[in-house]
Amino acid sequence: MKRIAVFWLVVGVIGWALLPWYLTEGGFWRFGWLADMSGTNISALGAALTGKPWLWLPALGFVGAALSLGLARSQLATARGLFASGTAGLALLMGQALLIGTRYGVWEAENPGIGAGAFVTAAALLFIATTGISGLGKGRGDAFVTGLVGAIVALVAIFVFFPLTFILVRAFELKGGGGLGFGEFLPRFLSSNIWGIGCITGGGSCGPAINSFLLGLSTAAGTTIMGLMFALIFTRTDFRAKKLLRVLTVLPIITPPFVIGLALILLFGRAGTITEFFSWAFGWEKTRWLYGFHGVWLAQMLSFTPIAFLVLIGVVEGVSPSMEEASQTLDANRWQTFRYVSFPLMRPGLANAFLLGFIESIADFGNPLVLGGNFNVLSTEIYFAIVGTIADPAQAAILSITLLTFTLTAFLAQRFWVGKKNYATVTGKADSGRHAALNPVLRWTAYLLALPWAFFTMVLYALIIFGSFVKLWGYDHTFTFEHYLRGFKIVVRNGVHFTGAAWDSYFTTLTISAIAAPLTAAVGLATAYLLVRQKFTGKDAFEFSTMLSFAIPGTVIGVAYIMAFNFPPIELTGTGLILIIVFIFRNMPVGVRGGIAAMSQLDRSLDEASIMLGANSATTLRRVILPLMGPAILAALTYSFVRAITSVSAVIFLVSARHNMATSFIVGRVENGEYGIAIAYASVLIVTMLTVIIAMQLVIGRRTLRRADRIEAH
Amino acid sequence: MTKGSVRFEGVTKHFDDVVALKPLDLDIAPGTLVTLLGPSGCGKTTTLRLVAGLEPPTSGRIFIGGEDVTHLSATYRKVSMVFQSYALFPHMTVAENVGYGLTVKRMPKSEVRPRVEEGLAMVGLEGFGDRLPSELSGGQQQRVAVARAIVLEPEVLLLDEPLSNLDAKLRRHVREEIREIQQRLKLTAIYVTHDQEEAMAVSDRIIVMKNAEIAQEGTPADLYERPNSAFIADFIGDANLLPVDVTRAGETVDIVVDGRQMALPTAFATTGQANLVLRPHQLRLTREAAADTLPAEVSYAAYLGNQVQYTLTTALGEIFAVTVPDANPFQKGDRVHIGFDPAAARIVSV
Repeated sequence: MKRIAVFWLVVGVIGWALLPWYLTEGGFWRFGWLADMSGTNISALGAALTGKPWLWLPALGFVGAALSLGLARSQLATARGLFASGTAGLALLMGQALLIGTRYGVWEAENPGIGAGAFVTAAALLFIATTGISGLGKGRGDAFVTGLVGAIVALVAIFVFFPLTFILVRAFELKGGGGLGFGEFLPRFLSSNIWGIGCITGGGSCGPAINSFLLGLSTAAGTTIMGLMFALIFTRTDFRAKKLLRVLTVLPIITPPFVIGLALILLFGRAGTITEFFSWAFGWEKTRWLYGFHGVWLAQMLSFTPIAFLVLIGVVEGVSPSMEEASQTLDANRWQTFRYVSFPLMRPGLANAFLLGFIESIADFGNPLVLGGNFNVLSTEIYFAIVGTIADPAQAAILSITLLTFTLTAFLAQRFWVGKKNYATVTGKADSGRHAALNPVLRWTAYLLALPWAFFTMVLYALIIFGSFVKLWGYDHTFTFEHYLRGFKIVVRNGVHFTGAAWDSYFTTLTISAIAAPLTAAVGLATAYLLVRQKFTGKDAFEFSTMLSFAIPGTVIGVAYIMAFNFPPIELTGTGLILIIVFIFRNMPVGVRGGIAAMSQLDRSLDEASIMLGANSATTLRRVILPLMGPAILAALTYSFVRAITSVSAVIFLVSARHNMATSFIVGRVENGEYGIAIAYASVLIVTMLTVIIAMQLVIGRRTLRRADRIEAH
Repeated sequence: MTKGSVRFEGVTKHFDDVVALKPLDLDIAPGTLVTLLGPSGCGKTTTLRLVAGLEPPTSGRIFIGGEDVTHLSATYRKVSMVFQSYALFPHMTVAENVGYGLTVKRMPKSEVRPRVEEGLAMVGLEGFGDRLPSELSGGQQQRVAVARAIVLEPEVLLLDEPLSNLDAKLRRHVREEIREIQQRLKLTAIYVTHDQEEAMAVSDRIIVMKNAEIAQEGTPADLYERPNSAFIADFIGDANLLPVDVTRAGETVDIVVDGRQMALPTAFATTGQANLVLRPHQLRLTREAAADTLPAEVSYAAYLGNQVQYTLTTALGEIFAVTVPDANPFQKGDRVHIGFDPAAARIVSV
């Protein structure tokens, strides 16, 4: 314990006394601050000596830690001292950063956004405190484990909970700096601008909250039914083209969120192929029916059915064949077996798929943005409240709270109500036997619903590729490379020049996604490791808070980030860093879930064997657990990379001229009606992601082959 | 001098509300093989994991080699363990597995290699170093697990049901090997099993546990010949327990069984209700009644080749008897008379 504490003490003092405390001009990694350690490059020590005495405060933590290490007589006393001085130092550091020279401050002074020095100092204080905690006998006295818990808790607190408090503050702020209260909030929150039910009573349109809610219910019901049909075909029939169905499950992962919407416009828009056909054949009027509830619903059905399918395959396969066989040996026919045995066992899984569909639908931003028309939903309203002609952050905050209430309710219901009722019959033992086949009526229902739908989905994707090669869809169908050239032209003259309009955002997207992916995987897997393998107090709360960001819609996170990180103490807007951070914490639940699944399959005695042989938990993680989790790590990497590329909702708030992302570039083109280049860019993204996924699959595939049957301890 | 000794002082373990171990005092002498024996859920594995340091005790203190290790994590205890599942690292070769404990201690490769070879030789697996665990048979994997544990020269070797994944024939062979290595290296070993025959075969001492505490401890002979309770008598070897009334206690006792007065040359401390322990193979079955025999009817007979097993219905309940097969075995429905040697009988409390 002492060695680790001394290490962090030294690191912390260096961070405090030598590294630039505030954000440096030109960036930390250019090392300009090494040459000139004054001005904005000044360290806390330097600043404390020259008129910023509050920067002495964090150093008190180091003094305390040094005293505890040098003077305390017993191990326990040292541990207590380290814990106390670490937390005190951290509290002082945060206190001065939040309260001095900020808009919520108590004291006017120049105290800009924190930089590398403050970060290192804070980390060192945190680890001094967690090392102290380990010395108190928590986490089995393992400083690595307590440090990991501390680091993840701190990160989630800063990048998930801290920004959310800004939404609350904004929503409850009174006019004219009158503090906080319900005076402004309640009338606006309850107003008919949000909750209007005109579309039901027949008096005009509904408020965005009601629209979002109704849309969520319809999409959730639709995707659950369609997902179940696909899952039944996949697991309970001898349908021949199952591999083709599998492809459907990959599609939503690699599809930028508004691509489906674009394809629908190509088919059903005013100049769409099908609209044209009916107009020509039957003289039907060309209408804008697509733009509104129907269009958004259709797009969401297409986007989210594969996700429901993915969830429900597991559910349908999870019903143990032996139960169905038992039912049949008791003389039940196939319909009775399904009705009285299989279906009741699937019911919690169906509820789960429904709630997930609901969350996905009301958090969805891309489809309503492209197809919404006058149909306002919460996620787009939030966006327009921020970027619209009349910027109204308070309104955005209030709408965010409304949206958050919906998603959190669904999330809590999913975890505490459905989660408890799970009759998972997967035991990990090989379960022999065959699933009962469907009775003919059910089978044909499934075929008739699902197969045309699958065909329709395929047509849409084909259209996207096709549409990117025609001049102007619906008017001029001559073949052209024009859109690709505008986006991705390369000129070779005195070297290679990427002159296409899209290259900039394309490279930025790839770079930022490539940086975010390993970090996301690392945070996710580290969390999974703690959840599966370690015991500590507050583990339930820990798990809940790490999964919570799944229930926070991207638009809400986006708004929260611009509100929280636009001014000191943490100034990140306009940087690439904020994009990386938002990806890490948006996609972390996926990494956590994947990690938990993979780690649960590793026999716990493997870790224990390593520990018994004298390895500490860090070594065990590195030499035993990580090598055995190879495929899971690659999957987490791929997934976080691809999700970062396709993400739009949070990103659209956080991009800047220097760091523009592909998705926000495409949205910009769509808003200008330049569908050609938007579709061409989307196709390039899909191909890029497919390449990455296939490459990863090849690597993973080879690894799994090499390791066949070696997951369990031998 | 105390190197390799293990001592528990009032150690308890609670998992939330469940008491896994009631206050336990334990003293294990260096160089002995002690077995923790008991039905599942009796606390034997918990005790082993407490010695290992894989679980912290709720209260009490643990000493290994005379040193207080209560708060020392498993990483730093001089204890090795052979796991029930073997827990061989599937991504490492046999040699890497065996050398793992040495390499994580930063021992140079040149020193690791001879130690690994020595360890593999000890378990008879020379030349297997380059294989992967998945390429070995169950028995070989088990021996790799033993080699991996002993190359660290631990003070105490822990074995958690090491034979339970082997087939019955291999089991006897491997347990002899383990016992032989333990004695050759003069290791202190703690062995957990629920198989009483295995425990009897390998142990210097057996600690029988029941309901999170020690039921009885002693040498295998102690437990078999002088059980202190009906539970032990039944658990260590089969036993018929007949209700008797002890009328005179002391170095020898008088009892009343089925209304008949008998004197037994065995010690028992208290008078009143008790159980008479009769081992199945100590019973004599005859067709004619004699003095002190009990009439019975054969309700089930099974011929097993080397023995015949009978289930007998008597006025005192069912009795299980085992005899050597002879030319004229009893049949179901036969009326027989059960006799026993008073010198072999024991009395235990109810």
